Amino acid sequence: MKKLLTGAVLAGLMLVVAPASNAADPPKLLPAVVTVHMRDFKYDPTSAKIHAGDRVTFVNDDAEPHTVTASDKSFDSEGLDTGGTWQHVFTKPGTYTYFCELHPYMKAVVIVEPAVAPAA
Amino acid sequence: MKRSKFLEHVAWTGSGIIWSLSATGLLTAQPAEAAAAPFSFVQISDSHIGFARPENPDVAGTLRKAVDAINALPQAPAFVVHTGDVTHLSKPEQFDAAKQILGTLKAPLVVLPGEHDVIGSPKAFFDAFGRGDAPDGWFAFDQGGMHFVSLVNVFNFEVDGKLGATQLDFVEKDLAAQKKSTPIVVFGHVPLYALYPAWGWTTEDGARVLAALRRFDAVTVLNGHIHQIIQHTEGNIRFATAAATAYPQPAPGAADKPGPLKVPADQLLGVLGYRTVEVRTGARPEVTDHPLG
Repeated sequence: MKKLLTGAVLAGLMLVVAPASNAADPPKLLPAVVTVHMRDFKYDPTSAKIHAGDRVTFVNDDAEPHTVTASDKSFDSEGLDTGGTWQHVFTKPGTYTYFCELHPYMKAVVIVEPAVAPAA
Repeated sequence: MKRSKFLEHVAWTGSGIIWSLSATGLLTAQPAEAAAAPFSFVQISDSHIGFARPENPDVAGTLRKAVDAINALPQAPAFVVHTGDVTHLSKPEQFDAAKQILGTLKAPLVVLPGEHDVIGSPKAFFDAFGRGDAPDGWFAFDQGGMHFVSLVNVFNFEVDGKLGATQLDFVEKDLAAQKKSTPIVVFGHVPLYALYPAWGWTTEDGARVLAALRRFDAVTVLNGHIHQIIQHTEGNIRFATAAATAYPQPAPGAADKPGPLKVPADQLLGVLGYRTVEVRTGARPEVTDHPLG
């Protein structure tokens, strides 16, 4: 997938969205290229490949809280309760392993490739 | 031995002997730990203030129910220990709500953190329940002839159940200074032994603590984390996990995963509870679990 460098404008943006309290107040999620679900004490998918500047949405579908915590501590969702969502923009290429602080056997990875220049 | 000589001997040997005056007027002596007055303490665990799901829509109410029952005990406990997961998501407002309820306990309160109390950072926990004599969270104390060690096995975020080298050194040094006959009680959040590692119900480096505990005559390890009562014995060490005040979890391996377990509403209080621990002269503490309803 080709990505516009303009996506990098959103570098560093993180958005925590609380679970919706009612149907009239849905979570306001920004567009993301990948959604990772936390379900049955696993991240799904366990590996996601994106480009620098891309946003990823994480959703907790379990009855237990989870976190999305980088092994290098470069990002941390803190506690996401049931239905909780968190978004993160990965600004630098690299391989980011992350885990759940509450259930550290939950592990996954996001592979961030360089941003693709827009077509001339 | 003449009385004067005996007094001199006692003075020389220090405080390990206690005098008592019998009905016949004779002075008798016995080891201090054997003569300590019986007392009791209470354990509560896993209150998860902030949890709001059908498994227990009122965790504040069930914690309050436990506190009320403890305050009504016929024998006032010497202290109450909360073995962690006071809150669900480590939020300052959750700690505030918990403190309001726990603040109504008549007995002094000792709190150690669970992994739900230190999400992201232990700061909110320390702000709420930190002790001046325990800057790292772990500590030891003596009461009524017993030696207590309170551990923290939730600070290493990449391993659910780890003590770390600094704490292990502290524990080994502390236990080395205790007499073999002194009853030992250990508090922790995550089980110190491999109760069910597939669900993270173990302490990765707990073996060093257990090795240091094996030389004692009687050891009792009390923890929470798994929201159910399980008794387990290894030689001289008795392990007892406690019921939660918030919600139950499945028995080890009885479900695909751990997590809140829904039981019929009229059965919930029966699987929540608190624990009294009676300390009797020269004997292993007696652990009794009390359901909330």
